[in-house]
Amino acid sequence: MPITEYLLLSAFLFCTGVYGVLARRNGVLVLMSVELMLNAVNINLVAFSARLNDPAGQVFALFVIAIAAAEVGVGLAIVLLIYRNRVGVNLDEIDLMKG
Amino acid sequence: MAAQNVAFGIVAVFMAVAAIGVVTMKNIVHAALALVIVLAGVAAQYIILQAEFLGIVQVLIYIGAVLVLFLFGIMLTRAPMRKTGEFDNDQRILAGLVSLLIFAVLAYLLSDQFGGEKMHLGQPTPTSTIADSIFRTYVVGFEVVSMLLLAALVGAIVLARRD
Repeated sequence: MPITEYLLLSAFLFCTGVYGVLARRNGVLVLMSVELMLNAVNINLVAFSARLNDPAGQVFALFVIAIAAAEVGVGLAIVLLIYRNRVGVNLDEIDLMKG
Repeated sequence: MAAQNVAFGIVAVFMAVAAIGVVTMKNIVHAALALVIVLAGVAAQYIILQAEFLGIVQVLIYIGAVLVLFLFGIMLTRAPMRKTGEFDNDQRILAGLVSLLIFAVLAYLLSDQFGGEKMHLGQPTPTSTIADSIFRTYVVGFEVVSMLLLAALVGAIVLARRD
């Protein structure tokens, strides 16, 4: 089974995630796009783990999953706080630090 | 081998369509449900790649926990669920160009470097092998990740708590 298929699928998912982060303005949707990108990286890690016959790739994928869970927790807490302090979670309206 | 190729193709098509749905859909709950399809597809790809433990972890953590967290986030921020809200900003075309450019560069580099390479999917990786690898070679990283998770969860509670 050629490994390029997996790598191209992962590159496609990563690029959709990049598009989502750049083009979405709702905070929750941006976090979802970040999840897409993290999953793309995980597919790469597991594909190379299978190719090299080495479990290290799967271990790193597990680490990435744990860190992604932490990231979602903190990210959603921040989005919730923004919603509570300013009405709405549109990221382009959060420009307090704009010069 | 052919069966694995066919399975990969079907799952990959579903994942690609659903991923585009996640970043373009006008309804935020539909986008979250499209994300479920992508994450389940990733779990299926892990199982095709003989990484069964990771496939189960993916279902448990992503579909079980992270997606529920997202749905709670959607609910608590009162995103317009029924009415189609405007969720995209005005740099859509530029963002599309940037992501197409990244995809073109990545696809060229990857097929240039790894084109034609075959991998041999042997036996499924036993969970004990992964456990050995975690607790022997990468035990420091494991401890660091567990402390990071603890700190992040305490931080999330502190941030979201109502005083």
